[in-house]
Amino acid sequence: MLLFNRDTWQEIFGSIQKNRARTIITVIGVLWGIFIYIALSGAAKGLDNGFEEEFKDVAMNSMFVWAQQTSVPYAGFKTGRAIQLKLENVDLLKSRIPEIQFIAPRIVKGVFGGDPGSIVRGDKSGTYNVYGDYPVLAKIANQKIYEGGRFINQGDIEEARKVCVIGERTQKELFEKAENPIGEFIRIDKVFFKVVGVKKYEENGGGFGDDGDIFIPFATFKKLYNTGDDVGWLAIAAYDNVNVVKVEDKVKKVLKKTHQIAPEDERAIGSFNLGEMFGKITGFSDGLTFLSLVVGIATIIAGVIGIGNILLISVKERTKELGVRRALGATPSEVRGQIILESVFLTMISGVFGIVLGAFVLRGVDAATQDMDIPYANPTVPVAYILGALLIMVVLGTLIGLIPAQRAMSIKPIDALREE
Amino acid sequence: MIKIKGLHKSYRIGKNSLHVLKGINFNVEEGEMVAIMGSSGSGKSTLLNIIGMLDVADEGEYTLDNIEIKDLDETKAAKYRNRFLGFIFQSFNLINYKTALENVELPLYYQKVPRKERQEKATQYLAKVGLTDWIKHLPSELSGGQKQRVAIARAMAAEPKVLLADEPTGALDSTTSNEVMQLIQEINDEGKTILVVTHENDIANMCKRIVQLKDGVIIEDKIVEQVRALAHV
Ligand SMILES: Nc1ncnc2c1ncn2[C@@H]1O[C@H](COP(=O)(O)OP(=O)(O)OP(=O)(O)O)[C@@H](O)[C@H]1O
Ligand SMILES: [Mg+2]
Repeated sequence: MLLFNRDTWQEIFGSIQKNRARTIITVIGVLWGIFIYIALSGAAKGLDNGFEEEFKDVAMNSMFVWAQQTSVPYAGFKTGRAIQLKLENVDLLKSRIPEIQFIAPRIVKGVFGGDPGSIVRGDKSGTYNVYGDYPVLAKIANQKIYEGGRFINQGDIEEARKVCVIGERTQKELFEKAENPIGEFIRIDKVFFKVVGVKKYEENGGGFGDDGDIFIPFATFKKLYNTGDDVGWLAIAAYDNVNVVKVEDKVKKVLKKTHQIAPEDERAIGSFNLGEMFGKITGFSDGLTFLSLVVGIATIIAGVIGIGNILLISVKERTKELGVRRALGATPSEVRGQIILESVFLTMISGVFGIVLGAFVLRGVDAATQDMDIPYANPTVPVAYILGALLIMVVLGTLIGLIPAQRAMSIKPIDALREE
Repeated sequence: MIKIKGLHKSYRIGKNSLHVLKGINFNVEEGEMVAIMGSSGSGKSTLLNIIGMLDVADEGEYTLDNIEIKDLDETKAAKYRNRFLGFIFQSFNLINYKTALENVELPLYYQKVPRKERQEKATQYLAKVGLTDWIKHLPSELSGGQKQRVAIARAMAAEPKVLLADEPTGALDSTTSNEVMQLIQEINDEGKTILVVTHENDIANMCKRIVQLKDGVIIEDKIVEQVRALAHV
């Protein structure tokens, strides 16, 4: 076989070495293309992974909705009326909007301008935000609880138990280092609560949240702070196959109706959905991947054309040599094969170097951003992409090599030898 | 060995046609050493190229070693050249980035001779032309005479039936020319058929037969007493 013959390769090396400087410059063209392709698509993948990491504990098609003040007079009410979400809204929304999978009413003391709860344990004290929550919240935003503890459960709600889940910082500030907080008691606004869990703090798409937050059963919250059926806001997760933006619209419509808000009032009900945001981010990295594909392939093509060009020139320069070879018995197809192999070989060499260089740069960037707080992780390029790129290069190298090869083949030995 | 009958060749230059060979009849037996002479433009090279299958005739018959040469495609011509013919050119035509040894190996490479055997054979032929010490040298490191000797070794390495030399001494001084001619005579002594195109009477007289070309036909064809190149100096 031509490909596995040492002599074939020796012939190729011989003729490539003859034009060393120009060969190197041309090789750099393709190398640059594949490097850009690898580096950009790797970076896109890294961003993708990074964002995924960031959002992995939140249902991607979830949303939040809260009430504000009306900005349009309606049904006899003046503008500027404060709207209060109520617990009964939960069942209403669930029954009206079948796309909703989970819905968790939440309420908090602190955060939005109010005073946080004051917490005391022995001689230690501090102020922390206190949330009233249902266990279903964990289905919408994963609540990571340290070993030995638990999140709020259904029993806590039914019996309005005085239990709480504390944050990492709360534990650090209220307990000794060696102390196990589970089963211990703390006072929240003068009422004793038993600690049942410590929540691992994770920054996520929720937007707010703090490593000192304390969670108590919703039922207990409303007794403690006398908030009745008031709800601070609703966390809602739609089913996976549903567009959360549509659900968001529906939720707002239902809430406007039941709270007698003008349909065109944009301010009365506030909302925020993660799906849209996440879509924007994935759109961004998709765009980056696409861009890397386009730019990379365009540069590769330009580089391969460069290789074709150099081979064309070199064939012209070697007219006489090729004529001599033909006179000595090289068949036209042997000459063509040699030129095509030169083309493919140059392309592959550049490709492999480009991939290696790209991989090094990706590793470097990954290592450099390891300790930085930016969403960038594991910037790998799938093997299939690399193989695909190599395949494209072999095909392009062959195609572009066909032009000089055809030219070399059409050299008549007699004409080549006459040329002085 | 070579039988040529009614050979015609014209070149087309724009709208005009230049009739170069106008009916050549010409036979060469095995072991002959023939000089082809004639003024410049008389068609010597054209004839040699047709014999060498580098060019094709428009008309006429050509038989080489009892094989009729016709309807040649490029692939077939390449194979015949490789097996039957050795070429020596005025301008040597060595490949400049290959060493003497690699140059001599080249026809064997196209014969698909295994590497080792190829190297042995090439070394052997380079020894025969007295270049054992130069096998690793590039053409640019060799003198004109040495280059032509490499070319002769290359032509011989494929063990062709006929050696075709187009003004092999055209680029060499008289001393070197004699050395090269001596080598060619020795090859002929071993029984190889050789055709030499030349301008020079000296060179022609070192052959055994002289063919004169003029205006596309053979005007004279005579057997001569061979002058040995060695004695000539
Ligand atoms: N490819 C070609 N196209 C057109 N004309 C050609 C071609 N090759 C040769 N000729 C012409 O044919 C004639 C014979 O050429 P040829 O090379 O055979 O001459 P020659 O006898 O070898 O001359 P010289 O002694 O100068 O080498 C010349 O007039 C030349 O110009
Ligand atoms: Mg001539």
